[in-house]
Amino acid sequence: MTTPEPRLKTGRSGKRLLEKFGLTQLIIPFVALLFLVLLNLFVDPSFFKIALEKSSTGYYILSGNLISIIDNGSELAILAIGMTLVTSASGGQDISVGSAIAIAGSIVLRVIKGLSPSISGGELAVYLIFAFVLCVVASALFGAFNGSLVAFFKIQPMVATLILFTAGRSIAAWINNNENISITDDRFKYFGNFLPGIPVPTPVFISAVCMIVIALVLKFTNLRLYSQAVGINASSSRLNGINPKMIKLLSFIILGVCVAVCGFIKVSRTASITYAVIANNIEMDAILAVALGGNNLGGGKFNMTASIIGAYVIQFLTTTLFKLKVSSSAISAYKAVVVIFLIILSAPVVRKWLGDLKNKHIASRAKVKKEGV
Amino acid sequence: MKKLVKMIVSSILVGVMALGFCACAAKGGKKEGGLIKVGIINNDPNESGYRTANDRDMKATFTKENGYDPYFYYSLKNEEQIAAAQKFIQDDVDYLLISAAGTSGWDGVLEQAKKAGIKVILFDRTIDASEDLYEASIVSDMAKEGEQAVSWLASQNLSEYKIIHIQGVMGSSAQIGRSGALDTKVAAEANWTIVQQQTAEWSEETAQQITQAVIDSGESFNVIYAENDNMAKGAVAALDKANISHGVGKDVIVIGFDCNTWALEELVAGNWNYDGQCNPFQASYIDDIIKNGAKQKVVIMEEKGFDATTITKDDVTKYGI
Repeated sequence: MTTPEPRLKTGRSGKRLLEKFGLTQLIIPFVALLFLVLLNLFVDPSFFKIALEKSSTGYYILSGNLISIIDNGSELAILAIGMTLVTSASGGQDISVGSAIAIAGSIVLRVIKGLSPSISGGELAVYLIFAFVLCVVASALFGAFNGSLVAFFKIQPMVATLILFTAGRSIAAWINNNENISITDDRFKYFGNFLPGIPVPTPVFISAVCMIVIALVLKFTNLRLYSQAVGINASSSRLNGINPKMIKLLSFIILGVCVAVCGFIKVSRTASITYAVIANNIEMDAILAVALGGNNLGGGKFNMTASIIGAYVIQFLTTTLFKLKVSSSAISAYKAVVVIFLIILSAPVVRKWLGDLKNKHIASRAKVKKEGV
Repeated sequence: MKKLVKMIVSSILVGVMALGFCACAAKGGKKEGGLIKVGIINNDPNESGYRTANDRDMKATFTKENGYDPYFYYSLKNEEQIAAAQKFIQDDVDYLLISAAGTSGWDGVLEQAKKAGIKVILFDRTIDASEDLYEASIVSDMAKEGEQAVSWLASQNLSEYKIIHIQGVMGSSAQIGRSGALDTKVAAEANWTIVQQQTAEWSEETAQQITQAVIDSGESFNVIYAENDNMAKGAVAALDKANISHGVGKDVIVIGFDCNTWALEELVAGNWNYDGQCNPFQASYIDDIIKNGAKQKVVIMEEKGFDATTITKDDVTKYGI
């Protein structure tokens, strides 16, 4: 039963071609990252300084721009995982993730808010687990709602998720009667900041766990193959025995779980919530991360690693702009300019053109060589 | 046979339509027991704690018991608000209370209201329209809020002011007013410098990231001037992480705005230094104008600023939103 499938042993050239494809796709976010790194090196090399200092909690923690980037980029990286799957399977994007994060965060605070700060760690852990499970279930249900609109009613993903995009923040506010919640128990802040005694920010661990889980899922299940098949041609994948509706629904549910994790981290960072602005515009950044990873936004093949690196590139860009003290009124414009540059670079058309150029060059060189002989 | 059915159906339809007209006429002609009919156009109450408090205040004042027949409409979009205003005019309200999402585009609908004999009162936000198109406008003076905070800061007599200035959404009246006061002061004084000036768009996470970026770059600062409480909170979270002390008698002075209850509690605890009020309670002013007439066109509400060293528990319950 568990013998390795023979189909993996396909022709060598085909495999190498695939590898090459994967690599070229990774090059784009890496080039973008390199560009930002060089820019910062050129402007101020101290950007890369990392220090180990005592925090207000009395423990040593790592600090520095690079730490801030991997810390603050965690939510985006987690979202990019789900968004990549949705993009691949449904050929569209979920624009409701920001609103859904507001809902998830609001649910967590609803459970936690009444607790007295004096309860024991064990009791708090039970409440936290309950809050987390509840917000995962709720977010997965909202994901399923979006997913069923897309899968069963064949509504375009952007239109289907527009509903939750519009209503989500109101729902989040309604869950807590529009109260301004602020949790005073410092233990709740561990998940968005630091665990006592550990110098690396907790969100980094959480995102690492998410990445490992998705890597294992993609390695040991057929999720990658199925969602790519559905994204490339839903009807032919159905003829081959895959249920496209279920795969689409599943991708939205997975995104829902990612959203729940993000919501939990977000509210833990400041131990409070502002319904209207929490995770503001994060859907755009998440979609951008997928695009920056060189993935086709029209669905089909995807490269998860590239998307995740894309997410960190975006966070790198944000931090760089803060560091460079770009004026407030111009910051969006600067971001837009860089993004346009990166996106054009990663557009399949440009990539194909560059590839053709390279091939032509090689061909002409070969021709010259031949003629020379 | 077919003809007969058609006739019956069409006569029923006509009948229903006629009934409908009657119903409309009856509705338009009858004023409900002397109640004053007010159409209230506000921004979405989820927008901020300020708006929530404002909406709660409006709902508590404009009730049947107080002699009002209120209709509420919420939107953050100017054009939707204008459409709602037109609907309220058609519904023949007595007063139109507007907190406009944007400053322009209101002339036409206000003229319609004037022709229909509907009085307009603006609250919280002003608009670009001729003054004779509305009865009164009840506003906060955001520039004054900023000036109060800046003059309080100046009264602290620091030898040097190195400020992280975290701004709200660029172009919003609160941002313009509160930034303006600080910018003027920084330009005028030699020992006031801005270490970082950046918009966090009212978001605490972004404020945290901005402050974190300054800390990471190793620059020194001693004042956080955040244009609302949430952003101040985000900035303070970054300070806590880096073990920088803040509050009364500490390394960094923290200034916030809006007087959220939790923020005032931070003041009482001495973790923050100053919080400027942005008064959301316009309903009593409006009530007074409707019942006693407007005394002036622009009513500027009284607004306080709280110092952590003098704030009392009573202030928290009375002014916290």
